[in-house]
Amino acid sequence: MLTRSLAVAGAAVALLALSACSSSDSDGNSGRLSGTVNVFAAASLEQSFTELGASFEKAHPGTKVVFNFGGSDSLAAGINSGAPADVFAAASPKTMALVTGKGGNAGEPETFVRNQLEIATLSGNPHHIASLKDLTESGLKVVLCDEAVPCGTAAKKAFDASGLKLTPVSLEEDVKAALTKVVLKEADAAVVYQTDVRAAGDKVEGVPFPEAAGAVNDYPIALLKDTGNAKAARAFMDLVQSPDGQRVLTGAGFLAP
Amino acid sequence: MTGLDARLVVDRGAFRLDVTLTAAPGEVVALLGPNGAGKTTALRALAGLTPLTEGRLLLDGEVLDRMPAEKRPVGVVFQDYLLFPHLSALDNVAFGPRCRGASKAEARTQAALWLERMGLSAHAAARPRRLSGGQAQRVALARALATRPRLLLLDEPLAALDARTRLAVRAELRRRLADFEAVAVLVTHDPLDAMVLADRLVVVEEGRVVQEGTPSDIARRPRTDYIADLVGLNLYRGQAEGHTVRVTDGPVITTVEDFTGDAFVAFPPVAVTVHRTRPADTSARNLWRCEVAGLETHADRIRADLTGDLRLTADLTAAAAADLDLRPGAEVWATVKATQTHAYPA
Amino acid sequence: MIKGSRAPLPLLVPALIGLVFLVLPLIALLVRTPWARLPELLTGAEVWQALRLSLVCATAATAVSLVIGVPLAWLLARVEFPGRGLVRALVTLPLVLPPVVGGVALLMALGRNGVVGRYLDDWFGVTLPFTTAGVVVAEAFVAMPFLVISVEGTLRAADPRFEEAAATLGASRFTAFRRVTLPLIAPGIAAGAVLAWARALGEFGATITFAGNFPGRTQTMPLAVYLALQSDPDAAIALSLVLLTVSVAVLAGLRDRWMTAS
Repeated sequence: MLTRSLAVAGAAVALLALSACSSSDSDGNSGRLSGTVNVFAAASLEQSFTELGASFEKAHPGTKVVFNFGGSDSLAAGINSGAPADVFAAASPKTMALVTGKGGNAGEPETFVRNQLEIATLSGNPHHIASLKDLTESGLKVVLCDEAVPCGTAAKKAFDASGLKLTPVSLEEDVKAALTKVVLKEADAAVVYQTDVRAAGDKVEGVPFPEAAGAVNDYPIALLKDTGNAKAARAFMDLVQSPDGQRVLTGAGFLAP
Repeated sequence: MTGLDARLVVDRGAFRLDVTLTAAPGEVVALLGPNGAGKTTALRALAGLTPLTEGRLLLDGEVLDRMPAEKRPVGVVFQDYLLFPHLSALDNVAFGPRCRGASKAEARTQAALWLERMGLSAHAAARPRRLSGGQAQRVALARALATRPRLLLLDEPLAALDARTRLAVRAELRRRLADFEAVAVLVTHDPLDAMVLADRLVVVEEGRVVQEGTPSDIARRPRTDYIADLVGLNLYRGQAEGHTVRVTDGPVITTVEDFTGDAFVAFPPVAVTVHRTRPADTSARNLWRCEVAGLETHADRIRADLTGDLRLTADLTAAAAADLDLRPGAEVWATVKATQTHAYPA
Repeated sequence: MIKGSRAPLPLLVPALIGLVFLVLPLIALLVRTPWARLPELLTGAEVWQALRLSLVCATAATAVSLVIGVPLAWLLARVEFPGRGLVRALVTLPLVLPPVVGGVALLMALGRNGVVGRYLDDWFGVTLPFTTAGVVVAEAFVAMPFLVISVEGTLRAADPRFEEAAATLGASRFTAFRRVTLPLIAPGIAAGAVLAWARALGEFGATITFAGNFPGRTQTMPLAVYLALQSDPDAAIALSLVLLTVSVAVLAGLRDRWMTAS
């Protein structure tokens, strides 16, 4: 497992870099990190990755992490048509497969976090929604993600597993759009990720449901074949998977892999 | 009282129109004046398209001042006719009756009658752009008359026509206006149109009435340079004392009239005889030393602008001008017989 | 051909570049179209449902724009009132607003919890988001400025004295507008309506934000294309092709009708 050991070594490097200023020894062999790392990441990672990017730049002066957040599917399509990216962090194995299926990756994708679904209701939960079944009550306006995007796939899985039939008012193009409908009180509830509920603060209220456990979404990360800065890119990936990185991610509501 | 009784005041900052206009039914009045005098503004005020700042507007005793244009019993023939391009000649004429409450069929029947009266039955279905200038003018007149207005307004009715059509259309319009039993007011800057078409002229300059009267009266006795110029007369203002008029800042002109006081004197350019040397044996009572300021060809004659004792224009035959070897700057003597001048109180 | 060769080069070259610039992406779309898979990709009922919904909503949005946009254009062109310049700027605002922002703004105005929308809900039980009517509202919001600008321009170019002539013939301002002005500016209205229709047909951002996405109710072609692009780019291309073909057919058909009518 070459990649595994590399990752471990990289994590150690990143940790050292974060904790100590005099990391020149350990960097000595491989040389200083520099240049830009282009990270294509799922929209749900925006807050935590931005934070990690800043730490990375601070630990490695001369580097710059440029993010492109968006729907994992659009990002995958962009990578496949030659967009300049070094790292891809997707919100589902299926979207990651769009890239790996075309041989666009340089290393095996690794799951770095997992995300679980939660019901987002209006703050105060005026409709007293306590379960997935409550969503199927008539008169409730529920939005889901379209099945083309990971949160939609996961929600479908949860509904299928519970044998419930729900007619949503809309199938949103991404998880943020679904959440926005609840934030703006146009919809009474949405099935989104825990991370999104957390990010929305007190504008929505999260209601966990047991079926979510059966529809957990793995987030894979992979180094890309066309990277122009593999060393720095790998260092960033290592930071994401390091304890420090994981702390930031779980703080945002993600589950450890 | 019947007919038109109006005082039109329109204030537009730098420009102020203030004219009083009266006309009896059957009378055709022409507002004559240079461009920018306010004629069209007066016409628009009569039509209700420009609001009056003050004044009054009575038509057959009815107050129209504040009445919107569409309610006024007024018909307008616009300068370029403004026939609706998307409607046939017939529908253009039927437009007014239709708006005034006639049924569609009724309006079209009326319109057809008007077109027949104008000799345009053959063109009823034609769109305006297919009509000649003269035909379009008649359709415009028919359209205005079809609402049976008690006041007919015509804005430069012949201006859009070429010279040849103009002659024929002018004569025809005169007949139609003569037949019109209500008040007609037309606006023109062309003295010939005014004199042929109107019973009475009202001359407007800089927003004010400067003279009004019958065409022949105005032609004979102009009271401003503008009218004198229009009718082709030399005009001076001065003080009359018996058979002479002392021109303000100028020489004395001997005339045949006999009165005292403020006076105008006028004589036509053809009454002026031009000499290269001082004539010794002239019977003319008026003799002035002048200089040629300019020459221009005027039909088959030469018109000379003279300055000196008196500013005047003289008409000569081309032969006479050649004999005299006239050119700008040449010194000449001008004579005018007293019998060819005309003096009248100012 | 002779006329073409006489066009001066400084005009001809940029003109041809412009043409290529506009047409090239469409050609690329055709080149990349998975022709073999086309029948399979276009057999789904959802495709035709989305197309039908697109055509119905774009046409309804154009109708709404005509009914309220033409009078608005008339007001801007013919009536002097204080702040007219500002109002004109406001009318064109949806042109510069990112459509998604427009959709959010519409939610805030007409949504269930919106400034006006809450009363629509309370008093009439009408909620626009997530409905077909909502799609029409979103499309009209984005498309109407095209119509207003086009019609206002035509009105300004039209001679206002025709309206005066109509007034002297006894026509009220409304009659003059209806019987004289409207027919005179008909070509401008038609051009504006086509622009608005085309814009409404391609509308995506405001629609998905305000009306959401549900097949048969609010999923128009652009939404279907966008979502297909997420999972099956080939399907997205096929759908785009259908949308393009239908719009070109409709626009060309209308154009022919006007040409023969005038």
